[in-house]
Amino acid sequence: MSIHLVVLAKQVPDTHNITGEAMKPDGTVNRAALPAIFNPEDLNALEMALQCKERYGARVTVITMGPPRAADILREALYRGADDTILITDRAFAGADTLATSYVLAKAIEKIGDVDLVLAGRQAIDGDTAQIGPQVAEKIGYNQITYVEAIQELKDRTLTVHRSLGRVTEIIQTRLPVLITVTSSANKPRTFGAKRMIKYKKARSLLEIKREVESGSFAGHYGLELVEDEIALVTKELREKNLLIETWSAADLDADPDSIGLRGSPTKVKKVISIVLAASETKDIPPTEEGIHDLITELIEDRTFG
Amino acid sequence: MAKNPHNVLVYIELDHDQLADVSLELVCKARELADRLGVAVEALLIGHQNLDSFAPTIFSYGADILYLTEDPALEVYTTLPYCHVTSRLIRDTQPQIVLFGATPIGRDLAPRVASELKTGLTADCTDLQIGDHEDRKLKKVYHDILYQIRPAFGGNIIATIVAPEHRPQMATVREGVIKREAPDPTRTGEIRPYPADLSPDLFVNTIIDRVVAERKVNLKAADIVVAGGGGVGSKENFQLIHDLAATLGGMVGASRAAVDSGYIGKEHQVGQTGTTIRPKLYIACGISGAIQHRAGMDKSGKIIAINTDPNAPIFKIAHYGIVGDLKEVIPMMIKAYKTKT
Repeated sequence: MSIHLVVLAKQVPDTHNITGEAMKPDGTVNRAALPAIFNPEDLNALEMALQCKERYGARVTVITMGPPRAADILREALYRGADDTILITDRAFAGADTLATSYVLAKAIEKIGDVDLVLAGRQAIDGDTAQIGPQVAEKIGYNQITYVEAIQELKDRTLTVHRSLGRVTEIIQTRLPVLITVTSSANKPRTFGAKRMIKYKKARSLLEIKREVESGSFAGHYGLELVEDEIALVTKELREKNLLIETWSAADLDADPDSIGLRGSPTKVKKVISIVLAASETKDIPPTEEGIHDLITELIEDRTFG
Repeated sequence: MAKNPHNVLVYIELDHDQLADVSLELVCKARELADRLGVAVEALLIGHQNLDSFAPTIFSYGADILYLTEDPALEVYTTLPYCHVTSRLIRDTQPQIVLFGATPIGRDLAPRVASELKTGLTADCTDLQIGDHEDRKLKKVYHDILYQIRPAFGGNIIATIVAPEHRPQMATVREGVIKREAPDPTRTGEIRPYPADLSPDLFVNTIIDRVVAERKVNLKAADIVVAGGGGVGSKENFQLIHDLAATLGGMVGASRAAVDSGYIGKEHQVGQTGTTIRPKLYIACGISGAIQHRAGMDKSGKIIAINTDPNAPIFKIAHYGIVGDLKEVIPMMIKAYKTKT
């Protein structure tokens, strides 16, 4: 049995480890200064896909929609064991909310074709919406199972998973194809494979090939036409070595302009307030028997203790 | 009432044969929004049988109309059948606003419904308001739009989201962030049965096993919460947190750092990834006060912070700050309380 798994990944600012350097003097976060990382729960989804590949034999394709630099997380996916990667990037996608993003990802999955199982992290740490999984599933007409903790078995196109919904845990059996979202407690994502890293460090997206050829010494000496030829040649070479990060634009996906980017996004950000610590009036209580006694007395008298 | 009133609809969730707390909170919020808009509050409850027994409670919190969809096949929540009923009801009744609890089920169901209806959805709102929205580019003013207010970027920003051109405006709302008003037992409403209209192809999942764990910790119901953080230092020291909570008749909470260090179970976690609470008194012991934690407790009536670091952010939101070692301060508090009562 060979099945095709697609993992949805996102490059996100590391909102969980905000260091002093990313703080502005006014106490708010400088979002641009946060390092860009592989969304943590998407790594759990990738790990689950790679374990499936090892147990059942499967092809694992990782796709991401994002700016050109999102190719970094696709290289990381290759270091960890992904077979193929696709960067979906276009200025026309900018400003997309979850509905417009899920439309693009759904178009990409349809273009890949014959996908048996789609895996995504439960949610991304920048928006924490957990909406992309269910919305992609609806758009490609797949069943969905969210909050998956483990794949128990995959046999004869029947998938058995263990999922957790707060106090409820369920074992669910369903038929492929299906989309699942994976939680952080599902597994511990593997680190980079040393050999894979050496090989896939050379993996490039189409945009990176263009940039490297155009800024290389080659370009200064030859005409535009030859530069184009060189880009085509390098692309072909990398594809043959399986080092090409496929790069798809809105046109490649035949995406409806009214369904993508800001135009395709029903929700708009009206206002953003950066959180500054509220300077409430704090009463300093000395850590002495007397200080504590007075505090407890005050709280008893004002009936805080019920 | 106008011919097409475009009401406010609340999806009511059952938490194991009980109405979910968040659903009743949402009915209260929907009442407030609907009064502002001059429309009615509708609720949808899907399940197996005897759902009308919940109607008096739902009406008492402010609903005017309750749609009930009963079918033996709907005993347990599964995505596709519930999505089918909810989407169809929204198409039929055309509410202007639809609210879901940001529970695991709400976060499974709402995005799929929004995608099917091709409308916007804002996740995990902490507040909802009605107001006008001006689109400067289009030079257009939209009146009485739903402001969907939520934290983003790990809680470092608060964003107000609007969906001016799309209906319904949909949001999921976190449990515990909306104040539940006192119910009015004399309020009544109208029950309208709504057909399930199910087809076999919706039943693609087989639930082989289902275990419901006991609700052990209900932090939301506690008037007093004593919480420990990474600064507690060890599992042995964490006993002090339990002792203080027991003395004061409160419950034990924890920050993510304490949970990650194994001092206590995740069900005690307060904060953005844990429970959001608003007790009368919150005592933060050895908690630095990362924004993710504060998001879960900063609406507490009174906050006492105990920390050795005078610069810990928790002091910025505390009403009483004690700079000191909790290993000394907590026993003093227990002693002082026992002498006074």
